[in-house]
Amino acid sequence: MIEKIKLEWFSNIKGDILAGIVVALALIPEAIAFSIIAGVDPMVGLYASFLIAVIIAFVGGRPAMISGATGAMALLMVPLVRDYGVEYLLAATVLTGVIQILFGVFKVAKVMKFIPRAVMIGFVNALAILIFMAQVPHFLGINMVTYIFVAVTLAIVYIIPRFFKAIPAPLIALVFLTGAAIFGGFELRTVGDLGTITQSLPSFLIPSVPFNFETFMIVLPFSFALAIVGLLESLLTANIVDDMTGTSSDKNKEARGQGIANFVTGFFGGMAGCAMIGQAIINVKSGGRTRLSSLFAGVFLMFLIIVLGEMVIQIPMPVLVGIMIMVAIGTFDWTSFNYLKKAPKTDSIVMVATVAIVVYTHDLSQGVIAGVVLSAIFFVAKISKIKVQEKLLEATHYQVQGQLFFASVDDFLDKFDFNVEDKDIVIDFTDAHIWDDSGVGAVDRVVLKFRENGNKVEVVGLDTGSQKLIDQLAIFKSDNAKLPTH
Amino acid sequence: MYKKIILAVDGSDHSLRAAKEAVKLAKGSEGSKITIVFVADHDSAKNEVLHSSSSAELDLQRRKKLQPVEEAMAAAGIKYRVEILRGTPGPTIVDFANKEEFEVLVIGSRGLNSVQEMVLGSVSHKVVKRANCPVLIVK
Repeated sequence: MIEKIKLEWFSNIKGDILAGIVVALALIPEAIAFSIIAGVDPMVGLYASFLIAVIIAFVGGRPAMISGATGAMALLMVPLVRDYGVEYLLAATVLTGVIQILFGVFKVAKVMKFIPRAVMIGFVNALAILIFMAQVPHFLGINMVTYIFVAVTLAIVYIIPRFFKAIPAPLIALVFLTGAAIFGGFELRTVGDLGTITQSLPSFLIPSVPFNFETFMIVLPFSFALAIVGLLESLLTANIVDDMTGTSSDKNKEARGQGIANFVTGFFGGMAGCAMIGQAIINVKSGGRTRLSSLFAGVFLMFLIIVLGEMVIQIPMPVLVGIMIMVAIGTFDWTSFNYLKKAPKTDSIVMVATVAIVVYTHDLSQGVIAGVVLSAIFFVAKISKIKVQEKLLEATHYQVQGQLFFASVDDFLDKFDFNVEDKDIVIDFTDAHIWDDSGVGAVDRVVLKFRENGNKVEVVGLDTGSQKLIDQLAIFKSDNAKLPTH
Repeated sequence: MYKKIILAVDGSDHSLRAAKEAVKLAKGSEGSKITIVFVADHDSAKNEVLHSSSSAELDLQRRKKLQPVEEAMAAAGIKYRVEILRGTPGPTIVDFANKEEFEVLVIGSRGLNSVQEMVLGSVSHKVVKRANCPVLIVK
């Protein structure tokens, strides 16, 4: 136990503290920008990033992963905040936590492997597109200075890291351009125009919403979507951190941990969040390996806000826009175009459909669910192709190849020519498997239909599983069996 | 001559040529052993995880990249082991080579295309600058 605590907290102190500082610095612009996407005060996102990072450090399942307010979650909240206000968002955050804790308890993380990679690729691409689209109103057609500030921000975040990596480039852009905006007196919109900053620690408060069934029904769909999307991004991020560090992690514990973090965060005025792909990668690359880096990132973030709060409201919007464009570009999977060329056509369709549905509905969860359903349909369609080859030996041989189940039954029945009389017929299932009672029913139909015309029918080559189903359910074994009339 | 040889590979044709030179070096003395090092780049982790269905599949993909190199070793009857490291290729190779005190490091001249090299800098160049042992760069 003590060994484990040592390993998960104190095995890499210097690396973790340095990485924690880098992450905290990189978190500030993102937490503010995601708050603005969601339509809430920057403090809601900053509190969330502080609280979630700190809580996950203790209860998460993947050491060295960074969680906080994210774009994916912020995008889901937009309609809730717009129509009902921030208090409902806090209530939804608490409920999201409860749902995720249940997901963790019932080991839903395992279900993740049923989400095809085409859907995951669609997910990150759609997320990137939505983050970008959310920036457009903040820079399009405002004034020339706005365009220039966006362009300079992009230049800084892409050029500076090539020469200097110690401080995250977005923060350099933020400090430098905020200074330039204040001293230059440019006409720019600032964070202060969209919200306020309070230089205090978050405090406990129960979301002030009416506690009734109506409220519950308002927040439930949002909470459910948040819970799914949060878990999806968290588990994807956990896999990435697993791979980067060459270690494994407890995915169910992570799901539970995300739930606990959101549950608590909702009571302290923060918005629902999840693991952050970009920040987790920054953390590991900067040397973070244990829970300490996540804890330190959260604490240092809060410290910075209390010290620098005055400055935060002066940050020009175009700088945040530039940073978010960088985040969108980094989130997008640029190998997708290659993937579209190489992957099976059905996978490409699933990927594009996932993106299209998200961009149309502005709801990541709907895209994911539609993508999963679509790939399931494609999968069933693919394996339901069944082949029956007819061979004339001393008896008529039907060689069945494939999976016989509800989706392939019709195909299977079409393959037989029943216009024969008084023949010996063998149906060979050596290369086939029967999966359900529809499959058994189809065998029944074929056998009995042949028998009606005085043919002798033999079924051979069943594997153990198929034989068991036939023994339990088939009726053709008894000689006086009749074809069911329906 | 050299008994403790480290061969850094990335799965490109250049690294296969480097492997053949490493084999020649190994043949020069009795009982020499080659350590094949492959670095799973932190920068491509997101992309690779996204495009593979499981970590087992990802491991397999990486091992497949090394297969031609391993075959070259096996064909020549050289003893070897494979190390898959994680991080930024240049520094990760150097740290490993210096820590384990290899006698010579063999690496291909370039795996990246010229655009990537301009942006990221050449891995072999970084290795030459910082490794403590002699480095053989194979063209």
